[in-house]
Formats: sequence, C-alpha cells, structure tokens
Amino acid sequence: MIQTLFLLASRSAWSRKGSLLLLLLSVITSACLLLGIDLARQSAKASFSNAVAGTDLIVGAQTSPVSLLLYSVFRIGQATRNVPYAEFERLEQDPRVKSALPIALGDSYQGFAVVGTKAIYFDQFLYGARQNLQFAQGRAFENYSVGKPAGVLFEAVLGAEVAKRLKHKVGDKIALSHGMQIQQTEPSHADKPFTVVGVLQPTGTPVDQSVHISLAGMEAIHVDWAAGVPVPGAEIPAEYVTKFNLQPKSVTAVLLGLNNRAGVFRMQRELESRPNAALSAILPGVALSTLWQTVGVVERVLLFVAALVSVVSALGLTSVMLVTLGQRRREMAVLRSTGAGPRTVFGLLFLESALVMWVGVALGVLVLALGGAALAPWVQAQFGLQLVGLKELGAGLLAVLSFAAFGSLLGLVPAFQAYRNQLQDGLNPKTN
Amino acid sequence: MTLAVLRCNNLVFKYASSGFELRIPEFSMQAGDTVFLEGDSGSGKSTLLNLIAGVLLPQSGHVSLMGQNLSTLSASQCDSLRVDHIGFLFQQFNLLSYLSVLDNVTLPCKFSKRRKQNALMQAGTVQQSAERLLNALGMGKYLNQSVSTLSVGQQQRVAAARALIGQPDLIIADEPTSALDAGHQAQFVQLLLAQAAEQNTAVLLVSHDPGLAQHCAKRQHMGQWQA
Repeated sequence: MIQTLFLLASRSAWSRKGSLLLLLLSVITSACLLLGIDLARQSAKASFSNAVAGTDLIVGAQTSPVSLLLYSVFRIGQATRNVPYAEFERLEQDPRVKSALPIALGDSYQGFAVVGTKAIYFDQFLYGARQNLQFAQGRAFENYSVGKPAGVLFEAVLGAEVAKRLKHKVGDKIALSHGMQIQQTEPSHADKPFTVVGVLQPTGTPVDQSVHISLAGMEAIHVDWAAGVPVPGAEIPAEYVTKFNLQPKSVTAVLLGLNNRAGVFRMQRELESRPNAALSAILPGVALSTLWQTVGVVERVLLFVAALVSVVSALGLTSVMLVTLGQRRREMAVLRSTGAGPRTVFGLLFLESALVMWVGVALGVLVLALGGAALAPWVQAQFGLQLVGLKELGAGLLAVLSFAAFGSLLGLVPAFQAYRNQLQDGLNPKTN
Repeated sequence: MTLAVLRCNNLVFKYASSGFELRIPEFSMQAGDTVFLEGDSGSGKSTLLNLIAGVLLPQSGHVSLMGQNLSTLSASQCDSLRVDHIGFLFQQFNLLSYLSVLDNVTLPCKFSKRRKQNALMQAGTVQQSAERLLNALGMGKYLNQSVSTLSVGQQQRVAAARALIGQPDLIIADEPTSALDAGHQAQFVQLLLAQAAEQNTAVLLVSHDPGLAQHCAKRQHMGQWQA
C-alpha cells in the first residue's frame, strides 16, 4: 500500500515536474539560507576561538576589551596607544607567566598586517586545539642583538595565506608599507627590504594573513622616521641601521600564557591596577562572548529573516498544492473509481508536500555541504574564516529539520481539502 | 437461490433542494446479468449510480452489494466493498496520464486484495492478467505506451480492461461509448460484454442510445422509477 502511494505520488509529481521544480528550488534556497547563516556564525565563532586558544590574558594599553581583542588578535581596527616595552619585560620575567608574546602592529605588506614579535612566538604561540605553529618552508627569523650583521634585522616569516596569495617562497625580497596602505606605487619602507626566511603552515587563524618580523627589525625600518613620516633628508641606508639603538620602545599588545590558569583573574586585577601603566588585561573568552553578544542582535535579525523566508516558501508550496487540487479533481476521481479511498488520496497529497519539503531540505543540505567545501578555500583567503563541517551545525540542522516538519504539516491542509473533495464528488470524473 | 450481485429494495432517494425523487421498489442483478439502463439526462442515472456505489445513501429502503446492505457499512468498509466487487467505466478521462497503459490497468489490483487474488488465479501474475485482457481488447501493442498518446477509442479499451481486471462481480459502464464515433460504439460494447461474459461479470450499461440495448439481456428505463 505504502509502495503504491509512493509510486503514484512520485509519478504524479513527475508529471508536473515543471512547477514542482520551482517549488523545490524555493525549498532548497530556504534550507541553504537557514543553514548558511548558521554556518557563517559557527565558522566565525570557531575561527575566533581557535585564534585565541593558547592565550590566557591579552594585555594592551587601556581600552575596551573587545577592541583590544579585535586589534591584537584579529588585526581589526587600530590601537590608539601602546604598552611600554618595560612593562612587557616585566611580564616576561613574572614567575606566573609561562609565555609572553609581544605583538607590535602598524605596518603592512600588500594589505596583510605586519606583526613585530620575538622568535619565541613561533615556539610558544598556540592555536586551535593548543597546537604549535609549524613551518612549511624555512625557519624562524633570528633574534637581533648588537654585533650581529644588519641582514639579521630584515628577516620575515610569512603566514600561509600571504605566501600562497602573493606566491612567495623563502629567499624572496619584500618591501613593507607604513600603516595599512593597500595599493601604492612605492611601498614606504622600500628602502629597507626584508628577506623571506620562512613560511608557516596554514592554521585557519589570522596568523595565516600575517607577515612576522622581529621587534628590532620593526625599530630599524623606522629609525629615520618621526611622528609617522620619514624625516626629509635624513634617510639612513639599511646597512647603517645597526649603528642606532634598536631597542623597542613599546609593543601594541602582549599575549600571555600562564603557568596556572586558575590565577588568571587575580593576575588580571593586578595588571589593571598597576600604577602609572594604564593597562588593560582581558580574558579572550570573556571578550569574545561580549563580542558575540553585541553581534547577536544582527545574528538574530538574520535568523529571523531566514525563518520568514522559509515560512513563505512553505506557504507557497501549500498554496500551489491547493490551487492545483482544482485541476487535479479528475485525477482524484479516477483514483477513487479504481479503489483509492479518501484516505489514500489524503496520503497521496500529504506525501507529495512532504516529498517536496524533505527532498528540498536534503538537497539544500547537500548543496550547502558541497558549496561549503568548494568555497572553503576562497572564504579562507578572503575572510580568514575556516568553514566548519556540517556536523558542527546543530542549531542550523535543527532549523532546517523544523522547516521540513513545518512544511510537511502545512501539507495536511491540501491533503485534507482533497479528502473533503473526495467525499463530496461522486465517482464519475465527468461530473466536475 | 444464488446471491444477487446487486439488489435495490424499496429504495427512496430525494434531493431536498430540487424535489427530485427516485423510487425503486425492486431492482436486482444476478451474476453475469447484462442490463441496459436508459434515460434522458436529468432522469436520475447518476444519482442511481452513486447510490449503488454507496457515495449517496437512500432516505429509506436499501441497496445491497453482494448481500451487504450499504447503509450499514462505514465509509471505508463501503470503499473496500466497492473496489472488491465493482469495476467502473466512464464516458471519458478514465485514465491517469502519468501511468503507462499496463499500470493503469493493474491499478484496481493495488487497492483490492480480492481482485489481485482473482487476477493471480486467472493468469499467474497481475501483469499477465492485464496483458491478456488488453490483448483480448485489441490493445496488446500498447502495453508500455503512455496513455496520452492513445486515441479516445483506445483509451476506452484500456479503461474497459481496467474495469474487467480481477474479475469484479459487476461492471458499471456509464455512457462508455458517448465519446466514440458511431462506427465503433457497437463494436466496443460487444467486446466489453464478451469479456465480461467470459468471467461471469454482470454489466450495468448506462446509455442514452437505445441502439445499444440489443446487446444486453435486459432493459430498464429510468422513467419507471421517477416519482
């Protein structure tokens, strides 16, 4: 009986495939929209938390937690003030601190952020499931100390995406720009080019979009600069910079890993109350959830719109089914005269709505899974976002399942209408 | 006495809206009977057929199908009794356009166990039974064709095969030849009746064309039953 129902429903549906295909498309689109929004949301959350996995505290100049998090980790926005280098050294020597990684921002290379740091960054920075950075090619830059040749200063390690997009390999020379200038005829630090000494493996974090140089190197390209512009007539060639004091004066932020994570709140309070330092110390997890709360409104609006679109497409399906019932009375009468009872006809109509819904939703999930896989490299390159797998989309999958269930339930309306028609009409199709 | 296939007894049916009334003191059909039922449009033919099918219920008296009083059955019992024992054949649009000729013919066997059993006993498989009937009706060449490619006359033969499959006790043929051209009407009725006789199926042939009456054993006029 069920087999007969399926056979009839699918054959009948196939004979009207033109209009059903359009309905199917609208269901697919709705399912993709529902899932896609969740995919973007979960991917953003996963990427953001991956990037701060190994960091217990982020220390920067006094500012709001969210903006400190955004500029220090995600290179979004700019710091207005910096942390004095002496404060960084104090943190470095603090017995409670396991790792203190300085971050000095402000320069860029072809739109990618330049990060001034120390060589230990490559050993101690943790991301994702507390993984270490790995080199795809080459090595870390060398820490500079007085007496070493000037070449040591101008070594750079590229994030995976930078190397891939700009087709760089170890040995290439790159010229940095001051600030975040994207396209300019002449990079403003072209007088002191850097040599690529290493390329990192992809991490799915902002590290991939960063160019890493030493703090001393960053100092060196600015020796002949003052107040953000080159001092006219005072150009100092790269080979002479070693004659100057290259001790950094400040860093933008410090990523702290603690020996004992339980002490994180005490440490935070203590850092923020340090006299004369005006520091902010934030817990990345807390700052992230503040960020998500802020973004949550937008997220909810998007979900609400997606839900509305889904309701509209389910209603569209139902109304088309209702309209076509009039044209299908003959079909229903033939079915009845050959022995299909009103319940069979009810089942047939319900099955058709349900088939369109579930097939549409299944195809929508498939489209999103395939599309997600196909677009993942592009999204990674464009937005630095690593798309999560479908199995991470609990809420999204629940939403599309509810959508399919809701649409199927609405299918009861035309089914019931057909049932009633069946009882009213006689057996003879010509009576219509 | 053998069980009557169909029996109407002291049947009264009245439409409240129009005042039209049908009174049938006694009408019955035995196995293998062929009855020609004539009457103008508006004479209550469709009403009678709906009463026999159990779609309408009489105000008094009763209709029995295979000895079962339809008034005492639930709607779904009535549905299954109908498909088990009656094959229907209408003027036009008898077929589902999205099924092949063969699938259209076997449809009643999907809804009725009894007719499936009968078909199996007759020919081994439902499909062979359908093929046999289609061959007998001259439609053997079109088994897997889409019904929309057939002429009206061919479609009626397919519908006849469907009414016959699984050896129902009664076939109700409601103006089955009205859509056919004059030359083919008699031929079609003869084919239908011959196949029905072969499996001892009674036929109630409803038509406004008196010329077809000669093919049936009995003749009944609706006029006798109008109040």
